[in-house]
Amino acid sequence: MLRLLFPTGKRIPSSGQAQVRFGELLTPWQELGRSLIFAGPGVLWVMVFLVLPGLLLLVYSFLSRGEFGQVQLPLTLENYLRILGFGPLGWTPIYWQILGRSLLVAGVTTFFCVLLAYPLAFFIAAHPPRQRELLLTLVVVPFWTNLVIRTYAWMVVLAPEGWPARLAAWLGWIPPQAALYPSWLAVYLGMVYTFLPYMVLPLYTAVERIDWRLAEAARDLYAKGWQVFWWVLLPQTLPGLTAGLILVGIPAFGMFVVPDLLGGSKTLLIGNVIQLQFGSSLDYPFGAALSFLVTGLTLGLIYAYSRYVGTRSLENLV
Amino acid sequence: MIAGVISSISTVRDPDWDVQVTGLYKRFGDFVALNGIELNIRRGEFFGLLGPSGCGKTTLLRILAGLEMADAGEVVIRGRPVGHLPAHQRNVNTVFQSYALFPFMTVEDNVAFGLRMRGVRGEALRKRVAAALELVEIADLAGRKPRELSGGQQQRVALARALVNEPEVLLLDEPLSALDAKLRKQLQVQLCELQRRLGMTFIFVTHDQEEALVTSDRVAVMRAGRIEQVGLIDEVYERPATAFVADFLGASNLIEGIACGTDCVDTPLGKLKVLGIPASSGPVQLAIRPEKIQLSRSAWDLLPNQVPVWVENLIYTGAENQYLLRTNQGQQLKATALNTDIEDTGFEIGAALVAHLPPKSLIRLRPDPRQEETGC
Repeated sequence: MLRLLFPTGKRIPSSGQAQVRFGELLTPWQELGRSLIFAGPGVLWVMVFLVLPGLLLLVYSFLSRGEFGQVQLPLTLENYLRILGFGPLGWTPIYWQILGRSLLVAGVTTFFCVLLAYPLAFFIAAHPPRQRELLLTLVVVPFWTNLVIRTYAWMVVLAPEGWPARLAAWLGWIPPQAALYPSWLAVYLGMVYTFLPYMVLPLYTAVERIDWRLAEAARDLYAKGWQVFWWVLLPQTLPGLTAGLILVGIPAFGMFVVPDLLGGSKTLLIGNVIQLQFGSSLDYPFGAALSFLVTGLTLGLIYAYSRYVGTRSLENLV
Repeated sequence: MIAGVISSISTVRDPDWDVQVTGLYKRFGDFVALNGIELNIRRGEFFGLLGPSGCGKTTLLRILAGLEMADAGEVVIRGRPVGHLPAHQRNVNTVFQSYALFPFMTVEDNVAFGLRMRGVRGEALRKRVAAALELVEIADLAGRKPRELSGGQQQRVALARALVNEPEVLLLDEPLSALDAKLRKQLQVQLCELQRRLGMTFIFVTHDQEEALVTSDRVAVMRAGRIEQVGLIDEVYERPATAFVADFLGASNLIEGIACGTDCVDTPLGKLKVLGIPASSGPVQLAIRPEKIQLSRSAWDLLPNQVPVWVENLIYTGAENQYLLRTNQGQQLKATALNTDIEDTGFEIGAALVAHLPPKSLIRLRPDPRQEETGC
């Protein structure tokens, strides 16, 4: 054994143990140490501030609400049954309706973001590099201000004195001196406005990397304008589209600020309901159950997407 | 001879011409890429466009494909003016230097693309794609993705993807440049065989003079946006029109001189006998290929143009010996001799020899127009 470790008096790691990584010789222990140092802080952070509270919430979702909003025993499935519609006043589809409405709002918002972001991404990518930087900066300018403030700004824009409302009144769409909010139109305006940058940025990154020689090849092979886009350009942007769908779809599903301020009570979404449970309703167990339902639904949708669209399109581009 | 060089400028609409290019002019900003290109290419011909990088050969090919529009001039393919048409309305296809295969499609879908865009469906599509894959011997790769293929296989897919459309003209933009030397040589020969079998017009862009000679029936040598010479490959090699062509296509010795009577040129090597020189020619530029120069340790009887030289350097390349010779007047000459018999043709450095420049191998070159223009 000693002979093996010290064949000539000097320790030379045998090839089965240490590995050269990018020119650096590392033993397995050193590699493990590196991994802990690099990943450790992040993992610790997520454990303390996400996984543990999450588990606490999971426990809450099976507990009951006390008289004064305190979380207490007994263990119960009542919170989940209530979501399914079995409330104290008999069966009601209210939460199904809210979930469906939330999915619809998220879907429509995402759809319009895609519709607006594609031309914008191509438009920006078509500019020389310095102008691109300027245009991208303009896209992210809204991030410089808080979302709530920006949403209030929309209320000002859509107020009765604003020119959009006056124009709508002049056209006879709304009564004179009325505001354009609260309404579904205002919710969608605010939602698309809020999430558009999250669609534009990943799409732009994908569009910028497009291999335009493939477009030339497609033209050479008799493809016309839309055919070139559909068959050759669009497939190249799919990784960006996937990222954009996730970045927009998921937060839009749980959004509560915009529908709350611009929508009013008719546009109650699942995000608002959850917020209410942790706010004025003081029903932590029910809020926890709703949160887990939303999380599960989101994960399920992502899984379905990656299963049937995402991974296929992604692996094709590698 | 000079008249022969310019003869291709005829603009008659000959049914034998598959491609007729007249007065083509193209500039990118201040850079003139094409400066008055006149070119006729026969039906069923393997035509090489040869020149150094930046000479405009790829620009010319892209204009033929419709991927670039000329600023002036016309392109006629099979009697139909197509200069104003975009790429997808022209019946030509391109094999790109980068292949430009669609990475997200299988080999089969890549090859089927052009036909699908033209509305070919079902059994007809399947049959033609299969036939094209068979033609380039990659039928077994139909289900693969381009990234799973070697460079040579990708090249074949690119070829099949273009050929399957049965274009009037196939354009090839340095299609073999990304492959290693041995594979390139194989594919050059296979490309030739394929072209002969199909009888399709191939226009082949390359900067590799050997590749052009191996593959092409005729070549156009391009330089700085102009065509320097067009002709059959042996014609262009044996009788280069200009110093540029003589030097670009193979190696050449360039010799300056002044006519000293009929068939006589006074050069730094002495008075040489050259065929076809009128007495009143004035300054004359001559070229001779290194392999045309004969070497011997002792002078020949009765032969003209014998020049005493000594061997300054010797490069042994296996099949042949390349000699760098110097005359007593200090003029350099390159000569190569096949290594048939080392005793007979092998000369050592420093050896005193006699070089024989056969009169029929001394080619009179057309003066360089650019030098004339700027030589004021």
